Amino acid sequence: MENILSMLIFFPAVAATVGFMIHKDSMRQFGVVVTIVEFVLALLLWYHFDSQVAQMQFVQTLPLISSYGINYVVGVDGVSLFLVIMITFMTMIAVIGLTEKKAVKNLIITILYLEMTMVGVFVSLDLIMFYIFWELTLIPMFYIIGFWGAEKRFHAAIKFFLYTFIGSLIMLIGMLYFGYIYHETTGVWSFNLLDWYSVVLPFDVQLWLFIAFFFGFAVKVPMFPFHTWLPLAHSQAPTIGSIVLAAVLLKMETYGFIRFSLPLFPDASVYFMPFMATLGIIAIIYTAMVAYAQEDMKQMIAYSSISHMGVIILGVFALNTEGISGAVFLMIGHGVVSGALFMSVGVLYDRRKTKMIKEFGGLAKNMPMFALVYAVVLMASIGLPLTVGFVGEFLSLLGFFKVSPILTFIASLTIVLSAVYMLGMYKRTFFGELIKDENKVMKDIHGRELLALGSLVFLIISLGVYPKVILEPLNVSVEKVVKIMDVKSVDEKTKERLRSLNSIGEVK
Amino acid sequence: MEPISINIESLNLGTLAPMFITIIGAISILLTDLFNKEKHKSLYVILVVLFLVFDLFTLLAHTGNPSGMFDLMHLDGIAILSQCIIIGGAILFVLLSLSKLRFQEFRYAEFFALYLFTIAGFQFMVSSDSLILIFIGLETASLSLYTMIAMHNRMTSIEAAVKYFTMGALAAAFFAFGAMIFYGLTGSLDLSEISQIIVQENFLSSENYANYVFILTGFVFMFAALGFKLSLFPYHVWVPDVYRGSSSAMAGFLSVVPKMAGFVVAIRFFEVFIASDDIIIKTMLYTTIVLTITIPNLIALHQTDIKRMLAYSSISNAGMAMAAVYIGTTQATTALFLYWILFTITNFGAFGMLWLNRGKEQKDYESPYTFEKYSGLVQISPFAASILAMFLFALTGLPPFALFWGKMYLVASAVNAGQIALAVIIVLNSAIAAYYYLRPISYMFLKDPIEGANKKFMQNASTPMKSVIGICVFLAIISVLTIEPLLQVITYYVTSTGF
Repeated sequence: MENILSMLIFFPAVAATVGFMIHKDSMRQFGVVVTIVEFVLALLLWYHFDSQVAQMQFVQTLPLISSYGINYVVGVDGVSLFLVIMITFMTMIAVIGLTEKKAVKNLIITILYLEMTMVGVFVSLDLIMFYIFWELTLIPMFYIIGFWGAEKRFHAAIKFFLYTFIGSLIMLIGMLYFGYIYHETTGVWSFNLLDWYSVVLPFDVQLWLFIAFFFGFAVKVPMFPFHTWLPLAHSQAPTIGSIVLAAVLLKMETYGFIRFSLPLFPDASVYFMPFMATLGIIAIIYTAMVAYAQEDMKQMIAYSSISHMGVIILGVFALNTEGISGAVFLMIGHGVVSGALFMSVGVLYDRRKTKMIKEFGGLAKNMPMFALVYAVVLMASIGLPLTVGFVGEFLSLLGFFKVSPILTFIASLTIVLSAVYMLGMYKRTFFGELIKDENKVMKDIHGRELLALGSLVFLIISLGVYPKVILEPLNVSVEKVVKIMDVKSVDEKTKERLRSLNSIGEVK
Repeated sequence: MEPISINIESLNLGTLAPMFITIIGAISILLTDLFNKEKHKSLYVILVVLFLVFDLFTLLAHTGNPSGMFDLMHLDGIAILSQCIIIGGAILFVLLSLSKLRFQEFRYAEFFALYLFTIAGFQFMVSSDSLILIFIGLETASLSLYTMIAMHNRMTSIEAAVKYFTMGALAAAFFAFGAMIFYGLTGSLDLSEISQIIVQENFLSSENYANYVFILTGFVFMFAALGFKLSLFPYHVWVPDVYRGSSSAMAGFLSVVPKMAGFVVAIRFFEVFIASDDIIIKTMLYTTIVLTITIPNLIALHQTDIKRMLAYSSISNAGMAMAAVYIGTTQATTALFLYWILFTITNFGAFGMLWLNRGKEQKDYESPYTFEKYSGLVQISPFAASILAMFLFALTGLPPFALFWGKMYLVASAVNAGQIALAVIIVLNSAIAAYYYLRPISYMFLKDPIEGANKKFMQNASTPMKSVIGICVFLAIISVLTIEPLLQVITYYVTSTGF
């Protein structure tokens, strides 16, 4: 079992490499098989995962550049475990529901390489390794948006690449500087995160490093004001690209905040808490309003994604167990929900070649099944109780309530606002008279589409009813993060603040 | 008057052996040609490779006293290291002559003899402390280079050669003038003696005003001379034209090998000045480096031709490597060599791929390498497109491909030396560079082929060339595993020299 993480990372890559030899007509089946195996591997990981242990598990270390302290280090804890399962699940669903006809072989190979990099990001415990996988996600995504996308795809692909590349480069300097400081304090080179957890930094250094990491993460989240690439990328990307982008790529950076920024720079995190919360709230309110104004269904969902990412940021920077657990849960929930939303838009787009809301209307008459599925997914996106969206949003906001009840009140507008634009869109799409002839001939979902969307709906409801299955192991790991923050903070005020934030008691 | 008696042992002829082999190789190629007419070029290519390999082994076998020939030769750690890179690069690039299409220059054995003379020149240049020998090495190499470029037998090539020659002659004049000033002030042409005297006599302080001004003048002349060779801003204007005029193989060679020699001279020459912390010199170096990294990057944004784009990008890369010279720590010098080894592999790959795609019907002043011509390459030849894209991504500095590690180590050395601003400038320029590297990639991958366009790619590819490129692809992908051994070797040689 020690090798299971390496297998999880490199199995899709190996499969993609040998996939070049497969005939293009059989490629989709190959993709389905590989992603299912990968998902089973992830479930196996969960089975062998000891949820009582807060430490990293399945840790494997191999030397790469030992004279400069760069090693191949992988491991999972409760936070990354469920994200990895979510990634493999969403990739599987995306490949099963794939309807793209153009150059499917290249698409599947690209998706498999992308899966490698995504899993790699979440299990790497060496900063340079993390950076490698982090940057490598750009190439497949660039190709997917740029080749299979809509008319403005070049612009979207290049903008996506450049924005995120600049942000990450600044983060790289931060990493290298941290490595230097580690060398200064301990006398050895190391980029191992577990080693870094033991270094206590002075406040001003924390501040600068936090800012450097912030650039890397904030551009990708994306946080207001760095968010402009996302709606463009989403609106131009093909369905599968949007699913991966929304479900997985956007989770990398909030994960980065939890894994790196909080435990490595606790004082700076507390110091920047109001700032981050403000950005989060701006994202929630402003992008929700922008979403309401969208005519393009996909753009609307893209903006709603940004809005929900604001809630996640809020949860993370509540800096207590409830908030962070809630944020991670919301990351998983949002991954599933937004994936389902984009897939539903894909269903409509495949049939009508348009994503404009005004083109539809009355679809509930001839697509009853689809209307039902879409309704459940929408409710989860809004955050209706007993769906997966509710648990995460509730916990995130509960965590932040301890920080500031007033801000939490403003932030909880997200539920109201998303109800406004989502239900409005639903009404215009599915209710009313079925007037247009093109819409009358649209067939209901069946076969692969039903399987993919149906399993998403199943997950949405079951996790909404019984979230404990994820929350319990999650809490163990998140408590460890909070504990590290407490130990590592240099300022007494930070310690007091952290303790007062963490005094509600844990969520069961 | 006593008779001059020289002990042959004291000459330490071993220091000359590597260059001797190259020169003997060149002469034997000329002799072969003299007695055999119209031999196929593959004979000469392999002879060149053979002599260069022989050269490399002799070099690595050299142990003991680094000085020889009355201290003219100075075969120390960085000399050995840089010669390895020069010879390695030369072996790679000469294999590109095994092209499928026939070209004018490869019909002449003289081309290959000149190639070896060039290498010998660079070898002399890096393994000496004497300004005279450096000058001779530089000129030997440069004159051979001008001729080799002109032998491509196109109007653009001749234009390129003349441009390069004119600029090179100016640089040579600067070099001679700078050397003269230093000789006049210190009475020596040996770099270590010059720096010793400068430090002893305190020439670099404003109290010693008259000498200070002279030293500065000398420095400016030498700096400009090296600047031409290293294509630093603003002495870089010849680069795009010369690269466009030369064949891709030659352009790739120009972007890698001569600059390695230039960097070693720069390391030796600048050491005392960087250590002196003189504000004027530091500012001059710093601004030059920053501008060299930035300006060509900005110009490259407007290029529509891959080769010209690569020309500007190689200027910018040279600026980054020059930043390592400026930082001046041991780690930075190590970073410079690591950077240049990885840059050699990557740039060889990129120019090599262009060379493989060279078509038959190329007119003067009409580039076969415009972005449009590469539209939709992935649909016609997926492997060629993927490989070229991989090299371009590597040049961007995207992990885990070769050049990323060089850039990372360079940025790390800047950060560790407290030069955070320089580090930020380097990474921001990587981001600018990402844009223009992405453009040909987006043409190749994201666009469909132009209707009715020439769909023949890889016309110039022959099996040996493909295999060499294949090896480079392999090296670029698994480069993460090569960094550790490379760093150990480089650190060993660099620390043994004391830089």
